[in-house]
Amino acid sequence: MTSDLAGLLFLAVFALLIPGAALAIPALIAPKGTVDLTPYESGMKPVGSARLRFSVKFYLVSLLFIIFDVEVIYLYPWAIRLRDLGWPGFFEVVMFVVILGVGYLFILKKRALDWD
Amino acid sequence: MAVAIPHREELMLNMGPHHPSTHGVLRFILHTDGEVMRKAVPDVGYLHRGIEKIAERQPFAGFVPFTDRVNYLEAIFANQAYALAVERLAGIQVPPRAEYLRVIAAELNRIASHQISIGSVSMDIGAYTPFLYLLREREKINDLFEALCGQRLTFNYLRLGGVAFDVKDEWLRRLEAFLDHFEPAIDEFNSLISANEIFVKRLAHVAPISAADAVGYGLVGPNLRASGVDWDLRRDQPYGIYPELEFDVPVGRGIRGEVGDCYDRFWLRVEEMRQSCRLLRQAVAKLPAGDVCAKVLRKLKLPAGEAYGCVEGARGELGFYVVTDGTDKPYRVKIRSGSFAALSIIEHLSRGLMIADLVAVIATLDVLAPEMDR
Amino acid sequence: MQLLAERIATWLGMEGLPRQAVVAGVVLVVALVVATVVLTIAGILTWAERRVAGRTQSRVGPNRVGPLGFLQWVADGIKLITKEDVIPAAADRTLFRLAPYPVIVGIFAAFASVPFGQKLIAADLNVGVLYLMAITSLVVVGVLMAGWASNNKWALLGGVRSAAQIVSYEVPSVLAALSVVLLAGTLSLQGIIGKQGGWPWEWYLFYNPFTFVAFFLFFTSAVAEGNRTPFDLPEAESELVAGYNVEYSGMRFAGFFLGEFANVYLLSAIATALFFGGWQIPGVTPDMQAASPVWQAVGVGLFALKAGTGAFVVLWLRWTMPRLRVDQLMGLCYRYLLPLSFAMLLGNAAYVWLVPQWAAWVVQGATTTVGLAVAGVFVRRVFYHIRHVGDDVSLDLARGESGTFDPQLQVRVYGAFRRRHAGDSAS
Repeated sequence: MTSDLAGLLFLAVFALLIPGAALAIPALIAPKGTVDLTPYESGMKPVGSARLRFSVKFYLVSLLFIIFDVEVIYLYPWAIRLRDLGWPGFFEVVMFVVILGVGYLFILKKRALDWD
Repeated sequence: MAVAIPHREELMLNMGPHHPSTHGVLRFILHTDGEVMRKAVPDVGYLHRGIEKIAERQPFAGFVPFTDRVNYLEAIFANQAYALAVERLAGIQVPPRAEYLRVIAAELNRIASHQISIGSVSMDIGAYTPFLYLLREREKINDLFEALCGQRLTFNYLRLGGVAFDVKDEWLRRLEAFLDHFEPAIDEFNSLISANEIFVKRLAHVAPISAADAVGYGLVGPNLRASGVDWDLRRDQPYGIYPELEFDVPVGRGIRGEVGDCYDRFWLRVEEMRQSCRLLRQAVAKLPAGDVCAKVLRKLKLPAGEAYGCVEGARGELGFYVVTDGTDKPYRVKIRSGSFAALSIIEHLSRGLMIADLVAVIATLDVLAPEMDR
Repeated sequence: MQLLAERIATWLGMEGLPRQAVVAGVVLVVALVVATVVLTIAGILTWAERRVAGRTQSRVGPNRVGPLGFLQWVADGIKLITKEDVIPAAADRTLFRLAPYPVIVGIFAAFASVPFGQKLIAADLNVGVLYLMAITSLVVVGVLMAGWASNNKWALLGGVRSAAQIVSYEVPSVLAALSVVLLAGTLSLQGIIGKQGGWPWEWYLFYNPFTFVAFFLFFTSAVAEGNRTPFDLPEAESELVAGYNVEYSGMRFAGFFLGEFANVYLLSAIATALFFGGWQIPGVTPDMQAASPVWQAVGVGLFALKAGTGAFVVLWLRWTMPRLRVDQLMGLCYRYLLPLSFAMLLGNAAYVWLVPQWAAWVVQGATTTVGLAVAGVFVRRVFYHIRHVGDDVSLDLARGESGTFDPQLQVRVYGAFRRRHAGDSAS
């Protein structure tokens, strides 16, 4: 198991090398400096920078994601041991989901999912 | 154009002139808060060719090919509107066969233009395939036009006093075969996309234009009718032989959302294609024999005067206002086109829309840059 | 992998070498093989996509390079490799250069634990499902990096859209996979496949109505995570031009591009392993398969077929569907898929506890029948429409009977045009 993971780590490293090699070839043979380097903005000179604060909607989405995803991770051990944990385990999870469901309803009520 | 320094949390970006869904070269300056728009300001003039000025240097007949370039998707209508204005000034009587051929050419052109229009609606919504199905059909119209006048896009088919070429029965049979094929093809298109749930959700209830707004901003043609205003120049201000033909004028009913929303504007054009097919069949059936062009002096000199000729184009009223001063050239020509009015309402509509909605609005208003800039 | 390393070391007669060295060497070889496989699959899919698009849109598609244009992807690769690697002046150069790596590494490393066959798997992890879900999330890092580093507003919008979308749809897809884990009692993909069988009624897809729902949840959210139509908002051509990769060119662009297509295959492969019985052959037990190399090969072929069909469906969707709007996309996830996936999960758990074995068999049979019936009706409709379109083509003006295309006619018209023109200049 550990060595399998170690192997995967190796694999990830090699996976890094392969695009690296693929990118090294154009560095040798591809032309350079043939194009205009201004950012593309539909053919106009860009107004201001693209480095700016962004709509809060997207942050809200990522916050929601964290809530739900963390819960999902808690469910994994239960799912594997479902048959050993039996009814008590099942009801614990139901409680867990119900508590989260209350939070979900709160989000809906707060209209956190509406865009306008 | 003055560029205001954007508000701090406001993302200001240029959509166009080089952007896939600004048809032609057209620019919008978007002020957005993330995905939601504060406003979209159109900026015109990237395709200005000075056609109105060119008219002042051309003999009356010599300007006809230039009218093709006003809007490359509806060349026949521009031909016809200009011809109407000059014929009115010169008192030319167009022979009946030519009138029928004008209707045939115009309605074919209307179908071709609507095909591009509704096809690009579906393409801008993200469904690429229906667009190509319509282009496939449009190729056949182009073939027909090529056989008719040797051109596939800038037809230059109309002449002052009539049309350039007569048609053979063979061509009319081909036209009928095309109609037999195309009417089911509209159903095919509808089954591909019109009823698609995502497509409907993207268009219904988006950017509705009230009848008052539509009239106030001077919208014409399908955009006006989609808002529930029953106004069609072919019926209400008749020209040519349209009074002799039977057709319905579809009006926006809010079939999927509310009256005047994007879906209505889309659907109206689908319906108009059917009406055009109806008109074409009638025109083919009734086509009289005779001359196709009245005798018009080669060097036409018109007395001082002015006239306005307008037709119901694919993008609504397309009008040529011609002023003469007794020479063989117009003194001034002013073109009134539907796209310009349609563009002007976008800033009003844009507040609170999303970027993706703006694309739908541009596509369904059928804004075309060359017609706007001339 | 360690086992494999030792076996290979023995086979090569190299027991003497330090074990770490052998393991490293084997991993290198495995990595190269996996990389080749991934690149080939992704490349072939780019070709397949264009052929499918061509067929869908009543045209031909690429057909010049190789038979049926099959080598088109190689030609495209060579073209991309000779293209300039443009880095915009305003970009954050380091981030811009690094951005394709997380995408590629995420997808490559995920392929290492895809069970292509009973023995054809680079690393059979006992936390396989979790590993896949975790490692594919690396993609979002790369996409966000690309969007931010480009210093381009379209790219920024695309990157942020993509991040929001991928993380949101992560939840339903993980929950859908969880429902299978719950039934199998293991996270290992080989273990999950081992619990299923070759026949359709032995698949988890038809195990009970809840898993049937789980599959659709998984497929929908996996397509959304892969940024494919109808959820291709991050790249939405008509809105964001090309989204997060608008500034990328040459091989760096190819990195994102191959990543996207490899992801299409990956999602189909995971769906195959979780719901469609993986490499199981109907009527052949895993033991029989283990004993015979022929059955092994058949198993691998069957897996490739199932995953390929899934990939085809994803490509098909792309050329059929319009695109959702960003609020509709988020609404779909948080309003419908999320509650549905929780309900499905609890339903599944309760099903395991409540339904006795004989009833489970009945349900399994019923689900299979209904599922196959629906699939049959769908396929029939598809073929009906294909036939219908075939009828339509005969109406073609150029070929059909009703309006034979007549080149003479055009010649006559052109003749008339020329005569008239000549008359004009004469007079």
